[in-house]
Amino acid sequence: MADTHKHEVDAVTGISTTGHEWDGIRELNNPLPRWWLWVFYLTILWSVLYWIAYPAWPLVTSYTYGVLGWKSREAIQTDLADLRAQRAAFGDKLAAASLEEIEQTPELLAFARAQGRAAFGDNCAPCHGAGGAGAKGYPNLNDDDWLWGGSLEQIQQTILHGARSADAEAHVGDMPAFGRDGMLQRPEIVAAADYVRSLSNLAVPAGVTPDLAKGKEVFEANCAACHGADGKGNPELGAPNLTDGIWLFGSDRDSVIASITNGRAGLMPAWSGRLDPTTIKALTVYVHSLGGGK
Amino acid sequence: MNVATKSENFAADADDDLPLYEARRKIYPIAVRGTFRRIKWTLLLVTLGIYYLLPFVRWDRGPNAPSQAVLVDLVNGRFYFFFIEIWPQEIYYVTGLLILAALVLFLMNAVAGRIWCGYLCPQTVWTDLFQVIERLVEGDPRQRREKLKNASRVQRAFEAAAKHFLWLMVAWWTGGAWVLYFADAPTLTMQLLKGEGPMVAYLWIGILTFTTYVLAGHLREQVCTYMCPWPRIQAALTDEYAFNVTYRYDRGEPRGSLKKTEALKLEGLPAGDCIDCRQCVAACPTGVDIRLGSQLACIQCGLCIDACDTVMEKIGRPTRLIAYDTEMNVQRRIKGLPPVTKVFRARTVLYAALIAVVGGIMVAALAMRGSEGLSAIHDRNPLFVQLSDGSIRNAYTLRIVNKQPMPRRFALSVEGVPEAQLEVVGGLSEVENGRPVVEVGPDQTYELRALVSTHAKLPLGASLPVTFKITDVAGGETSIAPDHFKGP
Repeated sequence: MADTHKHEVDAVTGISTTGHEWDGIRELNNPLPRWWLWVFYLTILWSVLYWIAYPAWPLVTSYTYGVLGWKSREAIQTDLADLRAQRAAFGDKLAAASLEEIEQTPELLAFARAQGRAAFGDNCAPCHGAGGAGAKGYPNLNDDDWLWGGSLEQIQQTILHGARSADAEAHVGDMPAFGRDGMLQRPEIVAAADYVRSLSNLAVPAGVTPDLAKGKEVFEANCAACHGADGKGNPELGAPNLTDGIWLFGSDRDSVIASITNGRAGLMPAWSGRLDPTTIKALTVYVHSLGGGK
Repeated sequence: MNVATKSENFAADADDDLPLYEARRKIYPIAVRGTFRRIKWTLLLVTLGIYYLLPFVRWDRGPNAPSQAVLVDLVNGRFYFFFIEIWPQEIYYVTGLLILAALVLFLMNAVAGRIWCGYLCPQTVWTDLFQVIERLVEGDPRQRREKLKNASRVQRAFEAAAKHFLWLMVAWWTGGAWVLYFADAPTLTMQLLKGEGPMVAYLWIGILTFTTYVLAGHLREQVCTYMCPWPRIQAALTDEYAFNVTYRYDRGEPRGSLKKTEALKLEGLPAGDCIDCRQCVAACPTGVDIRLGSQLACIQCGLCIDACDTVMEKIGRPTRLIAYDTEMNVQRRIKGLPPVTKVFRARTVLYAALIAVVGGIMVAALAMRGSEGLSAIHDRNPLFVQLSDGSIRNAYTLRIVNKQPMPRRFALSVEGVPEAQLEVVGGLSEVENGRPVVEVGPDQTYELRALVSTHAKLPLGASLPVTFKITDVAGGETSIAPDHFKGP
């Protein structure tokens, strides 16, 4: 680069050059307007004022706070307070309305479902899944099979107090460990398992000859007390319906044998005291509206 | 680099005082009369009239919709333009409008250069308006030069104050008219007059007052020359057949004073019509000399044509020494060929065809859109649910749109799933022909959760195409939304 700084005049354009030349290409001097320069200085001044007004420079253990006292933490708290105030109108309606009223009023239903979905994601999804589809041992809340009842009130009761939780009003009722605790012998358990599977017409694995008569005998003596003589279960005790197509702990023969041998006692925590009543109401309506509600 | 050139550098550096920034050259264009000035006045009145008065035009849309002809209702997410109502999801109409606007600019440019800049651009129109005020208060440039010498400091200060006050009033009213497009204009006007308007309205009036005052009062041609990207783009879109404001140098040169050129003509020597009176430069709102040819700062307003014609009439020479002409014709006249006019060229035909296509698509889309709509979203998690009786259920979120200003009742149905049962979560007790019926409020949407279940045995991994359909119970209009039904 020949930096000769000679202000020649470009022959083609008649404009003087800055004297800068790169490989024979010379830079024309088309001066910017001076106000442009002043705008640039203004932006520099603006940045200095910004440093003074707002938090700007990191220090060793702290930072410059700025004279306006603006804090991002306070800003988000203000926003959240605004949000709460906006929601309050609907929140009050939600608190006042009965669960049935909420579900029958489109605008309340929409609000409760939105709030319920958020609360579900925060609190329930770890066990029941983001969409409430559950997993082995964690009930699917979309289907129409309910251990503790699927009406709005029953769902609310379950969320409030849980099942087998420490709450005084929690649902109670365990599936005993018939095999482990020595109440039934292995052949009896196998026979009972085959009988139970036959109630919902599940396919018999190859090479198995179920002793349904013995199984029925064992069932009536040990299982019917909770699951009912017809095996249709009892939501008072959380005893599942054994005649339908839904098996929380698996419907294959080994799983059913395992359930009878070792017992089952899933735990649902109590949420009263942890979530406010309106949120629980919204959760109730949300879970009910997933599609399985009765 | 050797020592000798280094010392040369020092020598050169000493006079390295070429300014990299230049002070602004103040431009005080003189007033002109003529054809193009009249066109500009007319367009100024029409465009400003539309801008200031349009918010007050009423348009009856029935009881549940605003009666303002042009309204951007940000709160409810609606844009009203006379008989057209645009919802946020129809923003593509705005995209279409922008494409049309670009194409129209291209076409204008291919036919007659930067006429947008010269006649229609808000920057030009408001600058024109502000310059009128300036001339009314302080006089034309000649009078102002005299005042600078003769008038008292007090008088000049008073006039300057009056000018800036009037500018600010125009600027304020410009901002005021702007906010009227976003709310019911008569109501907001009353609120603003009483000082009870919403804060955001005052804020925007303030912002637009500031920008109008600064851009039209102070920055003027600097906006066109330094800020606007359009002059650069437009220069690339014009060609030798476009009618640009052109100094007909074939006729004007060699220029000279009236006496000198007349004398030369008597002697039979070459003499041009340009008498170098510089009225074209004095009239130019961007301060260019059009005789240097087409250039970046020229906004093609034609005021130099009026200025030149006035002079030509006075000295008895033919007018239109400066005129809307093509570079091609100047060249042809020099060669003694007759001028040609070629409006239909590849680019103008292409632009016009594109405008017709895009405009046609937009009109067709607007004419064919229904006043109801339906969309469906399948639950992502879970994709399907097995019920206790073994049947399979899929859940969907449906949104029904009612674009009419009255409540409507829609019957919902689904097709594509054998033995399908359709349920709706929530309070829908009404059923028509076995279909659940939903009432949607005027100009509103309604979201609902629909459950479709079937007892039918589905093939493993089934994904059946399904179609949701709404039917207006009263009018019979329908709308459909496709989705899928998933099985295990």
